[in-house]
Amino acid sequence: MSNKNELVIEKLLLLCAAASIFIVFIITLFIFYEGLPIFTKYGLKSFLLGQQWYPEDNIFGIFPMIIGTFYVTLGALLMGVPLGLGCAIFLAEFAPPRLARLIRPGIELLAAIPSVVYGFWGMMVIVPFIRTYLGGPGYSILAGAIILAVMILPTIINISEDSLRAVPREYKEGSLAMGANQWQTIKKITLPTAKSGIIAAVVLGMGRAVGETMAVIMVVGNVTAMPGSILDPVRTLTANVALEMGYASGDHSQALFATGIILFITIMIINLLANMIPGGVKKE
Amino acid sequence: MAIISRELEEKAAKVLITLSVVIALGVLVAILFHIMQKGLGVISLDFLFKYPEDMGRTGGIFPSIVGTFYLVLVALGVATPLGVFSAVQLTEYAKKGKLVKQIRFATETLAGIPSIVYGLFGFAFFVIYLQFSWSILSGGLTLAIMILPTIIRTAEEAIKSVPESYREGSLAMGATKWQTIFKIVLPSALPGIVTGIILGIGRAVSETAAVLLTAGSSGLYMPTSVTDPARSLAVHLYVLVSEGISFEMGYGTAAVLIIAIFFINSIANLLMYKMTSRV
Repeated sequence: MSNKNELVIEKLLLLCAAASIFIVFIITLFIFYEGLPIFTKYGLKSFLLGQQWYPEDNIFGIFPMIIGTFYVTLGALLMGVPLGLGCAIFLAEFAPPRLARLIRPGIELLAAIPSVVYGFWGMMVIVPFIRTYLGGPGYSILAGAIILAVMILPTIINISEDSLRAVPREYKEGSLAMGANQWQTIKKITLPTAKSGIIAAVVLGMGRAVGETMAVIMVVGNVTAMPGSILDPVRTLTANVALEMGYASGDHSQALFATGIILFITIMIINLLANMIPGGVKKE
Repeated sequence: MAIISRELEEKAAKVLITLSVVIALGVLVAILFHIMQKGLGVISLDFLFKYPEDMGRTGGIFPSIVGTFYLVLVALGVATPLGVFSAVQLTEYAKKGKLVKQIRFATETLAGIPSIVYGLFGFAFFVIYLQFSWSILSGGLTLAIMILPTIIRTAEEAIKSVPESYREGSLAMGATKWQTIFKIVLPSALPGIVTGIILGIGRAVSETAAVLLTAGSSGLYMPTSVTDPARSLAVHLYVLVSEGISFEMGYGTAAVLIIAIFFINSIANLLMYKMTSRV
């Protein structure tokens, strides 16, 4: 092959790699182009803080959905973070390698189960359980939070386990040599040292929870009113888009794209936060 | 006193930590058991190879299986070459610089975007702007973008793990850089690249929100070309249960999905195991 061919190939490869930049650009362009008119037409404030969503009357307020997303995500983190951190500590500090090798495929499978299957299971098991034992319609913030807590487990476990494993052995040995027991060592030495990785895990888990759509749609009831308790139904930002995009047109469609813009920006901020944590997300 | 409480604290902590593993795995088992127990009985040759009847209340899921297959095929057909060539560029050609940083930022951004936003984009760009309408083409291209980061990242890792001596040997024999990459580096990195592709298949099969918005949900018929709409298995499951059409058929479809995902994951694990044991 001549040098000229080599040069052509090099340029083609560069073009492929640059495609990612182009794709990010064009995604941003199309979402903003379709959604921005809503902000100029109805005002950013009334869109974000409006408490009513009546698309047929051109009333677009997504505040209840922001609140819904917030509560469901918060609930998921409250349950998922301690649970995931416990699993990570077990895998990194206690489990013999053979046991860890048995557990890890299970965690991978948790990550691989399709979100509709989670949603379906939540609908058939969690929702009736809440309805029977705690009251309310069952379709609720709590149901969404439980399903999301399970779904973010793999993210939290994997990233925290990596950062726990990255703690130098000498630190732990020093602590144990001073007479601290295993738990004191974990509490006082290992966890504080791995702190930034664990925070990154929580932030990325949060991103996953905010962005999840199908599992949430199937268990939160999708009502656009402000919730009064965790047993009340809500609608998340993602659900709003998925539920109405199929038949929306005109301003309604633009309002859904605007909902997408809010989601997009939220996720961007969350990812930037995760990247900004010093030594947080390890680039393998 | 202090000694007793610290021993007690350690015991309590160990119990709680063990309990969290039991809960996590318990939920996994509970989900799998629930779906399989109710779904396996539904699966039969008729279920797999017949068309749905009465909106999906009876009959089978064959068009959805075929639709899912086509969607995955389109997604892989686009994302594999694009992803692998990107990885080659990033590992073999790129000089550390601004562009590489931007490309890496872009792939990380792509990996973080929620699927519903991909759905919105696919709808605005492929369905409306390029007038591909709700079709396998629109859905497949949207999925291609979604799995691109996975394929790039795994291919990059695989290419990086090819020993430098392989390249030096080839270059010393007079091969050009591209010949070396095409004949030596890529074949050696193949298992890793295939793992990334398989993970991409898993993601594409599971995806619902983005497919719902781009490939349509009305396709109860057999898609005959890439311009036809298709209802993937995941979307079919969503429509069946969210509209309360048939929970029984829902369980059957969910069981098929889980078996497919389990199968896909096992192949990826096997390949990764082979790769790590080879080195």
